[in-house]
Amino acid sequence: MGAAGRVVLVTGVSRDLGRKFARAAAEHPRVARVIGVDVVPPRGDVGGMSFVRADIRNPVIAKVIAKEDVDTVVHMSVISTPGSTGGRNMMKELNVIGTMQLLAACQKAPSVQNLVVKSTTTVYGASNRDPAMFTEDMEPRRAPRSGYAKDVAEIEGYVRGFARRRPDVNVTLLRCANVIGPSVVSPLASYLRMPAIPTVLGFDPRLQVLHERDLLGVLGHAVSAGRPGTYNIAGDGVLTLSQIVRRLQRPTVPLPGFALGGLGGALRSARIADFSPEMRSLLTYGRGVDTTRMKDELGFTPRYTTAEALDDFAANVVPTGGRTDRLLARLEERLAERTALPEAPRG
Amino acid sequence: MDDAEIIPIGTRGRPGRGTGQRPSAAARSLAGKSGKPAPKPAPKSGPQPGPTSGPQSAEPSEPIASPQPVEPVEQEQVEPAAPYGPATTHERSPLGGIPAGDWVAAFDTAAREVFGEEWEPQLARLLAFLRRRVSGDYVVDEYGFDAELTQRFFLAVLRPIAEKWFRVEVFGAENIPATGGALVVSNHSGTVPVDGLMTMVSIHDHTGRALRPLGADLVFKLPFVSSLARKAGATLACAEDAERMLRGGELVGVWPEGFKGIGKPYSDRYKLQRFGRGGFVSAALRTGVPIVPLSVVGAEEIYPLVGNIPSLARALGLPYLPITPFFPLLGPLGLIPLPSKWLLEFGEPIRTDEFEPGAADDPMLVFNVTDQVRETIQQTLYALLMKRSSVFA
Repeated sequence: MGAAGRVVLVTGVSRDLGRKFARAAAEHPRVARVIGVDVVPPRGDVGGMSFVRADIRNPVIAKVIAKEDVDTVVHMSVISTPGSTGGRNMMKELNVIGTMQLLAACQKAPSVQNLVVKSTTTVYGASNRDPAMFTEDMEPRRAPRSGYAKDVAEIEGYVRGFARRRPDVNVTLLRCANVIGPSVVSPLASYLRMPAIPTVLGFDPRLQVLHERDLLGVLGHAVSAGRPGTYNIAGDGVLTLSQIVRRLQRPTVPLPGFALGGLGGALRSARIADFSPEMRSLLTYGRGVDTTRMKDELGFTPRYTTAEALDDFAANVVPTGGRTDRLLARLEERLAERTALPEAPRG
Repeated sequence: MDDAEIIPIGTRGRPGRGTGQRPSAAARSLAGKSGKPAPKPAPKSGPQPGPTSGPQSAEPSEPIASPQPVEPVEQEQVEPAAPYGPATTHERSPLGGIPAGDWVAAFDTAAREVFGEEWEPQLARLLAFLRRRVSGDYVVDEYGFDAELTQRFFLAVLRPIAEKWFRVEVFGAENIPATGGALVVSNHSGTVPVDGLMTMVSIHDHTGRALRPLGADLVFKLPFVSSLARKAGATLACAEDAERMLRGGELVGVWPEGFKGIGKPYSDRYKLQRFGRGGFVSAALRTGVPIVPLSVVGAEEIYPLVGNIPSLARALGLPYLPITPFFPLLGPLGLIPLPSKWLLEFGEPIRTDEFEPGAADDPMLVFNVTDQVRETIQQTLYALLMKRSSVFA
């Protein structure tokens, strides 16, 4: 972190959030260079970022780090759905092996002084035995046995191992709530964009979301502040799913829990939405995380509360329901006009 | 059109309340907005069986506007039908819906009937409430507690049951602190946790505070029950949530007997079971809040549990499957609780802020305080049973 400015390596820049963060970081005055790494070139404006086409799953990444004299690594390429990458095996390969290789490369590179890993609150799981608000010290009630949650748990394990072996490096682990925003493509965002939202019959989960700008903000803050530790990152407040769909003015289709799994398969093949097991348990039991440490120790305050982030998201989603609300609004309007008139004609 | 002899009740197709001279205030505001007067009267004054209902629905508002003699129905029938004819009714399909203006007019009349003359502010409040609910513009706290819904709906539904069915009598409500965190510890009985609901109503009506119950994980696994429980203010009975709520200054309710207490046979009534592992005492000690012992008499008799089907209960994942004298026998009728007389007594608060900081980690102290609370509740139960002359008195 000399006068020349910092050299930041960002993984996972082919995806929207990674690219946006890399672009924003490149504009920062104290950052000399931003190197974006991914197997696929990013689409869209990359700004001042220089892109290196490399696979973090093979040792080439170590050479990039050594050659460019990278001092800060931001790991953002943990993916939550197989999506376009292929199957679940591919996803696991990218997430777990990619992280292992990246951390191995960082361990060998004396220049690296900061490591920021974007993790997720999915690591806490969601079940009926959960406390209302998870703090950073709590473990999931049931250890995840498959899927994304297990990947993340393993990744966090490797990150903790790295932090033990390189105590001189500031390791910041950000457990982010589900990110939504006008342009975000994430499992929760595509779920909420469906014209009719399937819900689990008889359950009304509590959800927390993080606005995409706050995600970029907290990553930038973590890079510049250098406060090592594990932090929950989420907008203030919680909303229940029923509140969310009402705010989005969407009709719901309540289905029993097991039917949602079948529907999920159909929707996945139709590429509309994805109901992974983690997503299903989240939509059944919900989850809340305590963000006291984010505010007090990391010193970051999100600009959007959960409700405000959702309103921003809703502004870009065309309502498909909301008839009752419109009817009530019309009634209210009439009533206001009526009371505004003098009382005499009612006589 | 014989103008001389007709004093029309209808409006000749113009929106209005029927003087035919000048439309009412509501009608004027209607006409201003919709701007299509023709289709509106059509469904009302439709040609055939319609007319009988048409004028009738207009009549109730008639005396309010101007006490005119009611004209024979035939004239009314002829008059509006003539200029517009039945054509418009044919254009509109039966499923085309009723125009919003008609809804408003009907609502207007209904509102006057229901809310009386002062209906406007009242209705405005109701509408604002409904809109808030429908558009999701209300607040739930981090545990999912929806205070508005609880006060306006849940408690309102439970209150008559508490007051009229169980005739709940409350003693010692002044022992509940008016502000700050406190832990209400109660005995548990009745096969179905009705005692928790009744305690919530009683505490709210006597102190104005919302009781935040701690529930077993089964509560949050069952569909419908789980979402209702969170909305009514419950959360999972675990040390993290209990301490978090108490630190937040909430009035937390806990039933440490758990399933052992609520599912005990009728022959064991009013015999307190083991008070868990004393987790509630540790939570109170860590947060320094007072423990308020609560003894509930009456809940034991609502569903006298005389049998249990453990094998079926295990298959269903339930802690017990009750048999009461009426339950499987009378079918759904057996689900009606017996109207026993209920007595609730809140005891003197037990202070926990005088112990040393590490007291919660001293198991012996925790056991002692647990026993003290348990003994207080047991003795109060005996005293209340003496006070109650008979089960249904």
